[in-house]
Amino acid sequence: MAILNCSKLSKYYGNKAALNGIDLSIEPGRIVGLLGPNASGKTTLIKICAGLLTPSSGEAYIGGMSPGIETKAVVSYLPENSYLNNWMKVSHMLAFFEDFYSDFNLAKAQEMLKNLGIDENQSLKSLSKGTKEKVQLILVMAREAKLYLLDEPIGGVDPAARDYILNTIIKNYNPEASVIISTHLIYDIEQVLDDVVFIKNGEIALNTPVDDLRENHGMSVDAYFREVFRC
Amino acid sequence: MTWQFSPDRPIYLQLQEQIKLMIVSGRHPPGGKMPAVRDLAENAAVNPNTVQRALTELEREGLLHSQRTSGRYVTEDKTVIEKTKSELASEIVEAFLKKMEAIGYSVKETADIIAGEAEVSSNGNT
Repeated sequence: MAILNCSKLSKYYGNKAALNGIDLSIEPGRIVGLLGPNASGKTTLIKICAGLLTPSSGEAYIGGMSPGIETKAVVSYLPENSYLNNWMKVSHMLAFFEDFYSDFNLAKAQEMLKNLGIDENQSLKSLSKGTKEKVQLILVMAREAKLYLLDEPIGGVDPAARDYILNTIIKNYNPEASVIISTHLIYDIEQVLDDVVFIKNGEIALNTPVDDLRENHGMSVDAYFREVFRC
Repeated sequence: MTWQFSPDRPIYLQLQEQIKLMIVSGRHPPGGKMPAVRDLAENAAVNPNTVQRALTELEREGLLHSQRTSGRYVTEDKTVIEKTKSELASEIVEAFLKKMEAIGYSVKETADIIAGEAEVSSNGNT
């Protein structure tokens, strides 16, 4: 059964459509890139799936359920902007996640932090922007969720940190779970993806396996994206 | 090992080719155990399903076989490996001849150039 199923999903802000009749189904074990220019509706779609926004019409189902308390237990969401409180220590965040999510694997998170040489007693205030993003990704990926929603996980970090983040996503691959990654940094990410979904003005412009796109068009997803979204 | 992927072709095909090279060149010797899908994926920084697909294709070609509990192994059949090697050689030569043709050499002329070069390098070695 599909982990995520959207049917005729729409979201209006006033009379402007941010999402306009999205039909999308994502099977378990897939790593999917949600790609589109700024203001195309990527974050709106992710926020609806995370249960932070309600759709204006249509439905989103996660494991057959509408977004709510039950789905939040199986959806691990990395927001675009950090919500970490600067006065907290890394260890506070670990305790917080341990408390909040029954699927949080503390040992796994601790190991990932250790591999990066991040001391749990450090306060978040003392971490660089890149390190903070890594901590947040570690918290999100250390959950044993069914659906990971990563909103721009590689924006704003250096290429080495980017490699680390992509590696973490590969390392935590679980055939029972799916990962949705929204980004416009396609070049860096495309070899990690199974499928790409192009979103344009709130509508799905393309939904295809990466290797099919390369085979049919003889170009990378990045090059094809530039063609489809040429300004 | 550094993996290189060009942007214009499917990644699973390129993985398949590069693993094939490692088998033919003996980096993964006949009968040797292949790394797990997850390790290969991490190492090449690609999607695990893509690795799985490349390995399945190599199994179909008879270069790899999987044993249900213990993993995947390179074939022990050296004739399969030799056959793959000569197929690869033909592909490389064919591509090379095309390039030579593009700059105006016939196959015969190219062969002469190669014979000349071969003589020079064998003299150099002795």
